[in-house]
Amino acid sequence: MAGSPEHEALDFAERQSRNRRLSAVIVFLFLIFFLSVGLSVDYLKLDAFTPGGPQFPLATVLALAVSTGISLTSYYWGSDLILRALGAEAPNLELPEHRELRNIVTEMALASGCPMPKIHVIFDPAPNALAMGRDEYHASICVTTGLLLLLTREQTQGVIAHEIAHIRNQDTLLMSLISVLLGGIALLSDWSQRSVSASAYRRHGQRKNALWVVPSLFLVLFSPLISRLLAMAVSRQREYLADATAVEFTRNPLGLAQALEKIRNAAMPFHKASRGTAHLFFVNPLRRRVDDREGRLADLLSTHPPIAHRIMLLYQMAGLAGGRSPKA
Amino acid sequence: MRWVILAILILAAVWVIWTYNLLVSLRHRIQNGWKQIDVQLKRRHDLIPNLVEAVRGYMKYEQETLEKVMQARSRAVSSTGVKETAQAENLLTQSLGRIFALMENYPDLKANENVLKLQEELTTTENQISFARQYYNDLVMRYNMQQEVFPSSLVAKFFNFGPSEFFSVPEAERATPRVNLSLQA
Repeated sequence: MAGSPEHEALDFAERQSRNRRLSAVIVFLFLIFFLSVGLSVDYLKLDAFTPGGPQFPLATVLALAVSTGISLTSYYWGSDLILRALGAEAPNLELPEHRELRNIVTEMALASGCPMPKIHVIFDPAPNALAMGRDEYHASICVTTGLLLLLTREQTQGVIAHEIAHIRNQDTLLMSLISVLLGGIALLSDWSQRSVSASAYRRHGQRKNALWVVPSLFLVLFSPLISRLLAMAVSRQREYLADATAVEFTRNPLGLAQALEKIRNAAMPFHKASRGTAHLFFVNPLRRRVDDREGRLADLLSTHPPIAHRIMLLYQMAGLAGGRSPKA
Repeated sequence: MRWVILAILILAAVWVIWTYNLLVSLRHRIQNGWKQIDVQLKRRHDLIPNLVEAVRGYMKYEQETLEKVMQARSRAVSSTGVKETAQAENLLTQSLGRIFALMENYPDLKANENVLKLQEELTTTENQISFARQYYNDLVMRYNMQQEVFPSSLVAKFFNFGPSEFFSVPEAERATPRVNLSLQA
């Protein structure tokens, strides 16, 4: 777990810069993706780039403008949009549980050396939590009331430490970018799939270069799948990393392990989450059976690593740390 | 050949500047970390009399323990310097822990909303102190190590950086607390 602080510090700076780099790559890919979808729609549907077609590649320019707009929006207002979609509210400090939550977040912010993030509460019985924001100065942490009811102080502390770890490693930038950009891709691919199949019917006899048609068709048909897999692969490693970083903060792996166990046993689907936001959460809010299994297929299909494996790793850390008495 | 030497000199200068700035920024972060601890310690000093007043009526047979906490508090308030403060505050932490443990014996206390609120406030302050201390000590360790590791030690010596002091945890706090032995008699 916690190596020398020197090593940790380098580690986390490295993680931050890797996340920033990956975010840039993803935005770039997103733009390229929109550009090529725009080009293929122009080519297949509007017959641009062929003699006799329109001179101006309308769909391409439109797609580029839209994708730039979406990227900027998701960078600056992405977390606000997601928070509003989830129905998050500010905590009511008159309630003892909310006061306790605020105190715990303050503690973890101190332990990590991050500035205090904004706190939000979702009134929902499903125990879950998430963190968002483009950097540590614009971060928010969101917790369901179900989680506050279910867990003890020490266990909540573990969960909050996990979320703060996402913020400090700057996973939140990447994650909120992905969730807004994915929404854009899903929308576009639905739309282009329909238009391509319509055009294939009407212009069956016309000559088009097969070399161009095949990749553009491929792109239009498989893009949603590819983007999903990308989001999943990106998210799972980060969950393990955030668990490890959380233990660096609390020096108490058992709190987090017990929290995971309790949440697994009490799990229920969280209805306000969607496929676009699932990877943001502490445990998978969509609650599919594959999350509890291990193996190739489960690895490929799930946004979260199997809970059993996370718990096992945490207990291992507790063993290695010599079973220090928990704080709080 | 001249260019090679020039390039090496420039690289060396850049490295010296970088190391110097790293050390300075670490020193500032350590000072800031110490302030964070200080804020929490002050908060604890303010909260303790409130808690003692709130519990005094219930805990009739533990007046001595309560007195001890107040004494430890006044000693902690008047202490100065990292080492002395650390010692006094650790004593205070121990006596507070004793009160929390004794409070378990009084079910009436758990029904009192004011006491519960104070208890949560003190718990979070205790935690904040220990997390701030953890962060502070990590920084101090990095700072001191940076001064001793070979190439950067040259820069540290040249510019007269000195090692910082740890906010240490005494052995007494690490050992299992023997709360019940002395107090149930």
